[in-house]
Amino acid sequence: MSQQLINAISLGAVYALIALGYTMVYGVLRLINFAHGEVFMVGAFVGLAALTVFHLPFAVAVLVAMAGAALLGLIIERGAYRPLRSAPRLAALITAIGISLLLQNLGMLVLGAAPRAYPPAIDATPIGWLEEHAGVVVTRQQVVILVATAAILVGLSLIVSRTKIGKAMRAVSEDRQAAQLMGINVDRVIAFTFSLGSAIAGAGGVFYGVYYGTADPLMGLMPGIKAFVAAVLGGIGSVPGAMLGALLMALVETGVSSVTLRVSPSLTLTGSTLRDAVAFAVLIVILLLRPAGLLGRPGREKV
Amino acid sequence: MSRLAALIVCCALLIGALLLTGCPAPKTDAPGPVAEGPKDTPPATGDEIVLGSYMCNTGSIATFGQSSTKAMQMAVEEINAQGGVLGKQVKLIVEDDQSKPEEAANAAQKLIQQDNVLCVVGEVASSNSLAAAPICQDAKTPMVTPSSTNPAVTQTGDYIFRVCFTDDFQGVVMSKYALEELKAKTAVIFSDVASDYSKGLSKVFRESFTQGGGQILGEESYNQTDRDFRAQLTKFKALNPDVVYVPGYYGEVALVLSQARQLGLKAAFLGGDGFDSPKLVEIAGEAAEGALFSNHYSKDDPNPVVQTFVRNFEAKYGEAPDALAACAYDAIRIVAQAIEAAGSPDRAALREALAQVKDFDGVTGKITIDENRNAQKSATILTIKDGKQTFVKAMAPG
Repeated sequence: MSQQLINAISLGAVYALIALGYTMVYGVLRLINFAHGEVFMVGAFVGLAALTVFHLPFAVAVLVAMAGAALLGLIIERGAYRPLRSAPRLAALITAIGISLLLQNLGMLVLGAAPRAYPPAIDATPIGWLEEHAGVVVTRQQVVILVATAAILVGLSLIVSRTKIGKAMRAVSEDRQAAQLMGINVDRVIAFTFSLGSAIAGAGGVFYGVYYGTADPLMGLMPGIKAFVAAVLGGIGSVPGAMLGALLMALVETGVSSVTLRVSPSLTLTGSTLRDAVAFAVLIVILLLRPAGLLGRPGREKV
Repeated sequence: MSRLAALIVCCALLIGALLLTGCPAPKTDAPGPVAEGPKDTPPATGDEIVLGSYMCNTGSIATFGQSSTKAMQMAVEEINAQGGVLGKQVKLIVEDDQSKPEEAANAAQKLIQQDNVLCVVGEVASSNSLAAAPICQDAKTPMVTPSSTNPAVTQTGDYIFRVCFTDDFQGVVMSKYALEELKAKTAVIFSDVASDYSKGLSKVFRESFTQGGGQILGEESYNQTDRDFRAQLTKFKALNPDVVYVPGYYGEVALVLSQARQLGLKAAFLGGDGFDSPKLVEIAGEAAEGALFSNHYSKDDPNPVVQTFVRNFEAKYGEAPDALAACAYDAIRIVAQAIEAAGSPDRAALREALAQVKDFDGVTGKITIDENRNAQKSATILTIKDGKQTFVKAMAPG
């Protein structure tokens, strides 16, 4: 049981890093950036290049990947979303899906569809002491990733709550027009939010690559969807909500997978086949009870 | 203004997406048809025996088709060097089907109608073979698939043959190996819920392992897009089975192996020919050590037939032949032998001769065509040792 909990927390950390980008962009722009999973993928490949081609140390590779992903986020925002800012929201949404497909196919064209091996940049051997005394397997890799994720989350909350640009982000998220009237450069704030969210996804991509030992052009698809669900679950637009949603999502998935139901001697239902179904059913139930998500503020639709 | 911009961006994206997805795969330097002459060759009544093949020389599984084509051409050259068949030279026309079922059907149509081939050889992917098989059957032209393992292919009709084993056999072989050689008493099965290949193999393994006195402790599944298998593997660890059967493709299997080793799962991991890729070792690294899987052949098999084939292939193409090349090579040689046995280049006579192939000494084992037009032959068990596929044992049918 405790082993499954550890499995869930590691998975939740990865989801959280992607979910944050969704929620931040939605917060300032009311846009679901469906290309976010692909930013995550590009981050993973930039990190892979940094590790294997340039032989950079892991920490530097993460920073390079964050920078690369941030740049991509900026380009996407500038090229695809800013021109559509005053267009109907649906147009921007469709553009986001288009960008997502574009990046996936571009990735397959340039990199090939076959998965690539990711170097084990962090030691993946279990920590012996924990295995002996607590009977759970925790690898050094998991610890490093968890600590790094926690550091990124703390850094992000500090940026949002303590800095001037963070204040501006909150202001734009509250009311874009009013923020503009107060002299806030909305374009700059939105671009900053995009690059920040993308950078976090980029770091997530490298962690994911190292953790699972592989990267491919479609790797952003499923984690992207799961993280999006996590963000909605937690209350889209809310940063702590995204973290909570990600953790919950991972707990439900792992929990369901770990159950075996013996309905009758001939029919056994294993949780792993029902995993996604149950995870999404949980989402539906929570949204029925709390339409704004767990930590989301009830929407005040502007008319 | 903004609406115009939106429209332009949308159009640009749409065109971009279409261009990218619609783009044909880049032309590889796949070997073209051996035939130098014009395509509209007259019927095989002259001094040549014309065979046709449709292969995935471009597209998503191009490497499979390319290695098969190379092996077929090598087989034809060897046969011709030894005086041909029925005293005539053999000519092989290879059509590219772009790894698509509809193109496979077109290619088979063209080979039969236009080139008037005596026999059609194809394909690797079962879905492509299934598309072309009804056309060959209707035209009463024998078709031999070198490496499509789905049982449905040869069920199309009495003109469709196969020289590899079926998915059913692979599952049986692995369960026998686990029971007899590994002395396994308990097993768990971990299958890909969306793949017919994986589900089919699991079913056969489950039945065969239970019949042989073994016990299946549990079954779990995954999706092909999954990257995290720790929840299921943690369950397996608690069950403590002797073996874990994972009939999947190398991409997921590599991750399963590395995560299992991290969690400290000590059981032996077994699988099918989906393991046969250098990517398995590349991604899983040390975790792949000791994994066992069934395959069509091993290039390390000491059998002289295999060693001659491997040596010649390497000398000719500068690369090691994979299992698909070995199957394709056998397919051409079996067809040649059957034509010789039939005594005349006649499609119906060739069909009869193919149905009677017995104990053919192929690279992929002794091949006997059974009453269902499938090959009865041995399978090879391979293991990963020091990062390389290593021959363990050949397992005979029955």
